[in-house]
Amino acid sequence: MERPMPEDTLNTFRAGPDERGRFGDFGGRFVSETLMPLILELEGEYEKAKTDTDFWAEMEHMWKHYVGRPSPLYFAERLTDELGGAKIYFKRDELNHTGAHKINNVLGQILLARRMGKKRIIAETGAGQHGVATATVCARYGLDCVVFMGETDVERQKPNVFRMKLLGAQVVPVTSGRATLKDAMNEALRDWVTNVRDTFYCIGTVAGPHPYPAMVRDFQSIIGRETRAQMMEAEGRLPDSLVACIGGGSNAMGLFHPFLDDREVRIIGVEAGGHGVDERMEHAASLTGGRPGVLHGNRTYLLQDDDGQILEGHSISAGLDYPGIGPEHSWLHEMGRVEYVSVTDKEALEAFGLSCRTEGIIPALEPCHALAHVAKLAPTLPADHLLVMNMCGRGDKDIFTVAEALGAEM
Amino acid sequence: MSRIDARFASLKADGRAAFVTFVTAGDPDYDTSLEILRGLPGAGVDVIEIGMPFTDPMADGPSIQLAGQRALAAGQTMEKTLAMVRAFRQSDDETPIILMGYYNPIYSMGVHPFLAATKEAGADGLIVVDLPPEEDDELCIPANAAGLHFIRLATPTTDEKRLPAVLANTSGFVYYVSITGITGAAAAHADAVAPDVARIKAATDLPVCVGFGIKTPENAAAIAGIADGVVVGSAIVDRIGRGDSPTEVLGFVKSLAQGAHSV
Repeated sequence: MERPMPEDTLNTFRAGPDERGRFGDFGGRFVSETLMPLILELEGEYEKAKTDTDFWAEMEHMWKHYVGRPSPLYFAERLTDELGGAKIYFKRDELNHTGAHKINNVLGQILLARRMGKKRIIAETGAGQHGVATATVCARYGLDCVVFMGETDVERQKPNVFRMKLLGAQVVPVTSGRATLKDAMNEALRDWVTNVRDTFYCIGTVAGPHPYPAMVRDFQSIIGRETRAQMMEAEGRLPDSLVACIGGGSNAMGLFHPFLDDREVRIIGVEAGGHGVDERMEHAASLTGGRPGVLHGNRTYLLQDDDGQILEGHSISAGLDYPGIGPEHSWLHEMGRVEYVSVTDKEALEAFGLSCRTEGIIPALEPCHALAHVAKLAPTLPADHLLVMNMCGRGDKDIFTVAEALGAEM
Repeated sequence: MSRIDARFASLKADGRAAFVTFVTAGDPDYDTSLEILRGLPGAGVDVIEIGMPFTDPMADGPSIQLAGQRALAAGQTMEKTLAMVRAFRQSDDETPIILMGYYNPIYSMGVHPFLAATKEAGADGLIVVDLPPEEDDELCIPANAAGLHFIRLATPTTDEKRLPAVLANTSGFVYYVSITGITGAAAAHADAVAPDVARIKAATDLPVCVGFGIKTPENAAAIAGIADGVVVGSAIVDRIGRGDSPTEVLGFVKSLAQGAHSV
């Protein structure tokens, strides 16, 4: 007998998390006692804000006038011709202020921090996009901002470090552990435990303890809501498939969530396959190459060894280079509602060139992963198949990495 | 009566505070770590906490982070940590042992296999930093059912409303974290901590031990004056980290024990 499809067993994929912050078995609140009271307070504040029209009016105002939303849904005509199959649209979140989708969420969290009377904001960052977005919104509202960044990333993302400093943020290089994004998040949590009374931790992705995964998803869902309306306007119907890249998974969750109950829409998340998803573990594909565990406040799929020690991921894209993934993705993976695949560094680099050449868009290395999968998928689909890819960030920050990978002189 | 309950009962009868120490299993290597562990009771330690190394110790300061990295680099595993407990028990059947760490290595091993192996090895209790009362059904309740104490951390942010939840399902003793912060941070003054200890003691019959930031015999003596026990970790781990011999480390532990027992 065939395994029952999820639609036979669930009325909706959009009801999670439950009151314990769980998506099925994933998520939860795995934090120290010092943080627990604050996490509960944050959850209470967020629940209040969620139904407060003033809160959303301010969000809408800032999204429109400061971030530049709605971002266009753009028909990538030359790319479509080149690939010869599905009709490809880009959701242009790389056109947002600060150059990525990250600011959608930062804005929501900073408005919440203001409601809670917190004057000091901390954040972790890998490539620096979330750090820049946080520094930006903190400057706009006159809040102190401290960004934790692995020393390795500080070295390879110098332009973003300088941007954060220009915006008045203090950038703390993290030398503990292996000095990358995972360690930056550990250090942010340590700072938070120490300064819990006056500090708000602005997490950059759909991970961390409840309510962060749900809250960040809700703030990022503007991407999917706009896409829905824009596609109805452009084509008079919903898209047939959605493709987005996944590190922690916030841009993907934002695009996917409003479509989860439209069963006819095929949804695909693309993880970073690094040097290939195999036993060498030189990748950042938690779902395709990891197993469930508990880290940074939630249960989710993690890259780990046989003894439960966390492994360092690898990806050419610093923004995807994280050994975990948001818990809601883990659940959607196990439910079979979203398909998760991976592409390698090499394929992502080829997609970088493809976007530059056919569309005149220099993409960030993160969405290049989504594009690399689109390049495989689109030619297999008919011309009336509507495919939306989230172009979640622009590539200015990556030109040095790309030059190095291509062996080019700048 | 469990080893922990028996130890606190006997200390109470003697009118002394418990001296509790933390060392990371396998730091700097298995053999040295076991030698230090075996010497702790003779140096005056009443209760031993053994850290289970983890790559991502989010509640620990630099000292214990580095200790975990040294141990992992030397090849420490959960299995070897349990083997250390077993080896210790061959010569000491009275000193309570508490395994302390983070949830993922336990979850990875499987909760029930871990609890069975821990009990069999001769450990008495668990402290798992990233399992608040909200997640009690993960490990706390199964641990209690397996006959292991689940010792909870109470903190300065644990208010009156939360305290009953923190005290529920816990036994052995309550570990009061004297500051909002990570291990090895600046110590709180005994005067500042005393009201919090009194507040917790009013809500439970369990002994209350105080830790985080206690580094010297004088700190230990001051805290011993206001609580049922004193916990020292980072200061000892630092000595191991700078390459002190087991004899030197145990000499330092002895001076701390004298401080803790001087009151």
